[in-house]
Amino acid sequence: MAVSEEIFAKVKDILVDALGVDDDEVTPQATLMGDLGAESIDFLDIVFRLEKSFDIKIPRGELFPEVDAADTSLVADGVITPKGLEELKTRMPHADVATFAKDPRVDKISGLFTVEMICKYLQNKLGK
Amino acid sequence: MRWFWIDRFVEFERGKHAVSVKNVSLSEEHIHDHVPGCPVMPASLMIEGMAQTGGILLAEASDFQKMVVLAKLPKITFHGFATPGDTIRYHVTMMQETTEGGIVECKGYIGERLICEGEICFAFLEAPAGENGSSVNAFATSGLASILKVGKVQQQFQPS
Repeated sequence: MAVSEEIFAKVKDILVDALGVDDDEVTPQATLMGDLGAESIDFLDIVFRLEKSFDIKIPRGELFPEVDAADTSLVADGVITPKGLEELKTRMPHADVATFAKDPRVDKISGLFTVEMICKYLQNKLGK
Repeated sequence: MRWFWIDRFVEFERGKHAVSVKNVSLSEEHIHDHVPGCPVMPASLMIEGMAQTGGILLAEASDFQKMVVLAKLPKITFHGFATPGDTIRYHVTMMQETTEGGIVECKGYIGERLICEGEICFAFLEAPAGENGSSVNAFATSGLASILKVGKVQQQFQPS
C-alpha cells in the first residue's frame, strides 16, 4: 500500500512537534525510537496529536500495541514465538511484521514502529 | 509551605481554558537561592504554575475523578524573567482531551509581555485504593483543587 502524501505530510508535522526533530529526519522508513529518539511517553503525545489532527479516536493499544514479555507463549528466551508473531500480525496489520519475523528478537520490536506504519494505520482507519 | 505555584484563578471555562495568576514575592526563599544576587523566579516553577493551571483545568472536567499527572513538555520557551513584584498570568487552553489524558497550550504574561509559552502533555493514571477501598484523589489529598475556591472563582465562572 502506497503511503498517501497528504497523510505523510500531516504525520511529519506531528512528529516534528512531538519529538522536536527536523522535518528532513522524518522519512517513511524512520523508526520512532531508533531514528527519531522517541521514548514511551512520546507515544501518548503522538496519539493525542494524531487524534486531534485527523479527528479520530485511537483506542489504547491499537496503534502501539504492548507485548506481554512475561507470557511465555508469546516470548521465549528473548524471542517472539510463532504464536506471538501471529498475534502481532493480527494486532498490527499496518506494520511490516514479515520483515521483523526474520529476526524476531524482543529488543528489535521497536523497529516495527516506523513513520510508514503510522501512515498505513491512518489510511486504514480513514478508509483511504 | 505548600506546593502551590499559582495564587488564584481569574478565569475558568470548564474543559476549555483557564487563567491563573502568580504574584512573585521577595519573601519567597527560592527567589534568593536560585541565582544568588539576582532575584528571579525559577523557570521550572513557572512550568509548575502552568502545569497546575492546566492540570486543574483537565481534572476539573471530570470532577476530579481522574488522577492527572504531568507526562511531558513537548515545547517550552522562555522569553524573559519574572522578578519580585511581578504578577504572572498563566493562560492555558485545552488543545486535546481524551480518555488517556490531554494536551494544553500555555502562555505566561507579565502585563502585556509574553515571558513563556509552550505545551504540556498530561496522562491519566489509575488512582490507588485508599484505606476504605475508595480511590485516592491526588488533587484532594494535596489540596490543589482548593485553589479553585480562592476568590470563589469556581462559582463565579461555573457555566450556567
